[in-house]
Amino acid sequence: MPTLTSPQQQKKNPQPQKQRIEPWSDPHAEPYLRIERITKKFGDFTAVDDVTLKVYKGEIFCLLGGSGSGKTTLLRVLAGFEEPTAGSVFIDGQDMTGIPPYERPVNMMFQSYALFPHMSVEKNVAFGLQQEGLPRAEISQRVAEMLEIVKMTPYARRKPHQLSGGQRQRVALARSLVKRPKLLLLDEPLGALDRKLREHTQFELVNIQEQLGVTFVVVTHDQEEAMTLASRIGVMNHGKIVQVGTPSEIYEYPNSRFVADFIGSVNMFEGRLVEDEPDYVRIASEELGGTFYIDHGVSSAPGATVWVALRPEKIAISRERSSENVDNAVPGVIKEIAYMGDMSIYLVRLPAGKTVRVTQPNVIRHAENRLTWDEEVWLHWHPSSAVVVTQ
Amino acid sequence: MAAPGYVTLGERMSVALAWLFQGITQSPAYRWLRKRGMRGRALVVAVPSLWLLLFFVVPFLIVLKISFAETAYSVPPYTPLIDWSGEQVLALKLYLSNYAFLLEDPLYFNAYVNSVKVAAISTILCLLIGYPMAYGIARASPAWRNVLLMMIILPFWTSFLLRVYAWIGMLRTDGVINDILLFIGIIDQPLVMLQTDIAVYIGIVYSYLPFMVLPLYANLEKMDLTLLEAAADLGSRPAKAFLRITLPLSLPGIIAGCMLVFIPAVGEFVIPALLGGPDSLMIGRVLWDEFFANRDWPVASAVAIAMLLLLVVPIMIFQYMQGRQMAAHR
Amino acid sequence: MNPRRSFFVLTTLAFGFAFLYVPILLMIAFSFNAGKLTTVWAGFSTHWYAALLDNEQMLSATALSLRIAAMTATGAVILGTVAGLVLARFGRFKGRTLLSGMTTAPLVMPEVITGLSLLLLFVALANLVGWPARRGVSTITIAHITFAMAYVTVVVQSRLATFEDALEEAAMDLGARPAKVFFVITLPIILPAIVSGWLLAFTLSWDDLVIASFVSGPGSTTLPMLIFSKVRLGVTPEINALATLMVTIVTIGIVVAAVWMQRQERARQRDVQLAQAAN
Repeated sequence: MPTLTSPQQQKKNPQPQKQRIEPWSDPHAEPYLRIERITKKFGDFTAVDDVTLKVYKGEIFCLLGGSGSGKTTLLRVLAGFEEPTAGSVFIDGQDMTGIPPYERPVNMMFQSYALFPHMSVEKNVAFGLQQEGLPRAEISQRVAEMLEIVKMTPYARRKPHQLSGGQRQRVALARSLVKRPKLLLLDEPLGALDRKLREHTQFELVNIQEQLGVTFVVVTHDQEEAMTLASRIGVMNHGKIVQVGTPSEIYEYPNSRFVADFIGSVNMFEGRLVEDEPDYVRIASEELGGTFYIDHGVSSAPGATVWVALRPEKIAISRERSSENVDNAVPGVIKEIAYMGDMSIYLVRLPAGKTVRVTQPNVIRHAENRLTWDEEVWLHWHPSSAVVVTQ
Repeated sequence: MAAPGYVTLGERMSVALAWLFQGITQSPAYRWLRKRGMRGRALVVAVPSLWLLLFFVVPFLIVLKISFAETAYSVPPYTPLIDWSGEQVLALKLYLSNYAFLLEDPLYFNAYVNSVKVAAISTILCLLIGYPMAYGIARASPAWRNVLLMMIILPFWTSFLLRVYAWIGMLRTDGVINDILLFIGIIDQPLVMLQTDIAVYIGIVYSYLPFMVLPLYANLEKMDLTLLEAAADLGSRPAKAFLRITLPLSLPGIIAGCMLVFIPAVGEFVIPALLGGPDSLMIGRVLWDEFFANRDWPVASAVAIAMLLLLVVPIMIFQYMQGRQMAAHR
Repeated sequence: MNPRRSFFVLTTLAFGFAFLYVPILLMIAFSFNAGKLTTVWAGFSTHWYAALLDNEQMLSATALSLRIAAMTATGAVILGTVAGLVLARFGRFKGRTLLSGMTTAPLVMPEVITGLSLLLLFVALANLVGWPARRGVSTITIAHITFAMAYVTVVVQSRLATFEDALEEAAMDLGARPAKVFFVITLPIILPAIVSGWLLAFTLSWDDLVIASFVSGPGSTTLPMLIFSKVRLGVTPEINALATLMVTIVTIGIVVAAVWMQRQERARQRDVQLAQAAN
């Protein structure tokens, strides 16, 4: 049972050093949430297509996808607002088929917060506990504790319209957590906040989750949000789960062009396997105007068409050609420069015609000899930097 | 800080209602219904539906049935609804007699035509006055807007009958309007305005103006003003922008307003009775007279059915527009 | 947006409001007429108001109308809210088109048709099952509820259409069953719409002449019926006095309500601004 500790209590009993939990890599671990072959159709339209997922206790699992990818529908199936056309959901071993939302050990934080406008902050938070029929004293105590955790105690008597967006979000969070649900579902939790507030809230959210130990399932279209919050991400497209993994797995080892393109920016090259060995491959690419040398094997037939994904930050840009690399080097001309402050984005046109995106951190404050438009440059990257995707 | 368990009276009432409702759903009667496969929802749908079926739809069926009956000197003054004697031949003979009567006597036909004509003209007049008013209110500053809306609605909340009655006073030969006109010298003899078609038009427009203004206002108020700004930016003059942007976009409001005025106006009784003359009969009055003066219930019923048939298409247009408006909200 | 208001629009507005209000103002003016006519001014007097208060017939008709209107409004609100809820929330169900049609038709149905049909129903019912034995308050109330509920349905349905779905879902998510959600969450929030529906139904019933004439019985004369019969025979400024009283009461009511709502709105705006600033 997750314990609620107020900040004062936390100072007295410091938490032990955080262990890196990776239950998904443990073959014996029991998933807390099991989604088995869930399909949801609306007439002819399939919103969720045969999705199977395992989420472990204490995780923050993010469903990431564009609009129409089915992520929100899947969330609503978990909450009980939609009945799946096929498949079942198991929470802590219990089958949720046919169980209405008001009987599930699941709570949801809505994108619009959905705070009851005619009730004060206190009453909003107390509502869920009142439905459980708990004694008044216990309700008061738990509400007070929760408000303390989300730092909304001075606003307890206010009504929602008297609060700002960030404050409302905290009340919504308190309201959904006070019932100590087994699973908390969050629908685009940071979407309505402005940039500064979003960053701050991202970390707060993770802290509260770790403090309470509740399992989160977050739905978002914002990859930054997913990367910051999630212990694991499930990328969705057209109702299907395309890839599941930790943020770094998804980013550095995308399994398809879609995932590579969806997360961050990527340069995608079409090419042909010319040398296929267990410990390296060579891929000839007309778009590149050269060959890729990649330092690991790829399971594909020789001569097959593959795609190579190369992230902008992995490319080094310089005026001279490096003498070390023969492969993984290509000349180009700078066509566009975007100065972002912390880094610069260069769009470099290759002789074959393709434009490559390169980013470089502005490490030196006063660089005299900065690269400029129409300069001829060389691009280099490390043999392990490029990722081969076969679909 | 008071404990969140503290409950206001309003909340107590809400919870009490919910508890009561839940009590009903625990009762044996409800459970019996549940066993027969009726979910709670079906019951909720049934409550207003049954009421309306019994008190709105069934009466129409009865009117239909009686329009085929014969007048009788009895209480009630028509032949019985359920005829056990099996006189099929007789029944067939009476089948259309009332309707035939309607078609034969030019009084009825003229009354129908006149009703449609009067209602249509009144609707157009209402539109011509109501549209600029609605437009003006929609474009006014928010403070003014509320005041103006209130002023449109206020007459609606005061007695309709008395307001029509007020016009009697104004339109009489010794009434205010004639007094002023005589005083100014525009006319020599007092104008006869009561008991004429003109009076009926004035009466209908006067009574139904809020029904035209409100849907128009609702539509115009929601209109995106940036559309007009874009039009101006692209070089369109205000009049042209109005014709090509505002007017077409306000079409749903126009149709709703017109239906809300035209349909009831066709069957209007009070205004023609008080302000109209004997030469311009409207069908509402005819029905009333058939019923109360002639005591001829079957013919009155036939008149009603014929009126309904006349109005079926406009009513369906109205229902369609209402449905679209509700759907557009979501 | 072009702030120059068109001359045409302004004059129409002025004319329109004059058109609406001049008859009312004249009526009020003549209620203080010392003479017996409603068109010829004979001096100032308030004796018609006194006469009004002495008029037994008038008073009992008013009381009857008030009773019927109050019952109608309450009944119409209950049935209309349920119908509005069903149409707004229940999606597709068997009989939806029928219910939808039955709740929009009364909005435009000519009153003579509704009145006639209901009377025929009551007569047939009396023959079949013995009720209603005598037509009167109950039949008028039933008739009024039937057509007034259509208006309440429209009001409630459009309010629910702009109501945030997520609120009801959130309540269910937190453990409240659907019935509880309706009474504890939905109802309090749409209460203003329900109140205006009540007032609307009240006015419709209070004002109704045609339907009441058809379905009433001996001894149940409503105020409009009384006024109509008097108007036909010949009027004295007593009627003007009655009209003035009604207009005054209604105006005071509307103005008070409007001012109260303005205050609420302003306080609300202030709160929202404070909250934004504090952040």
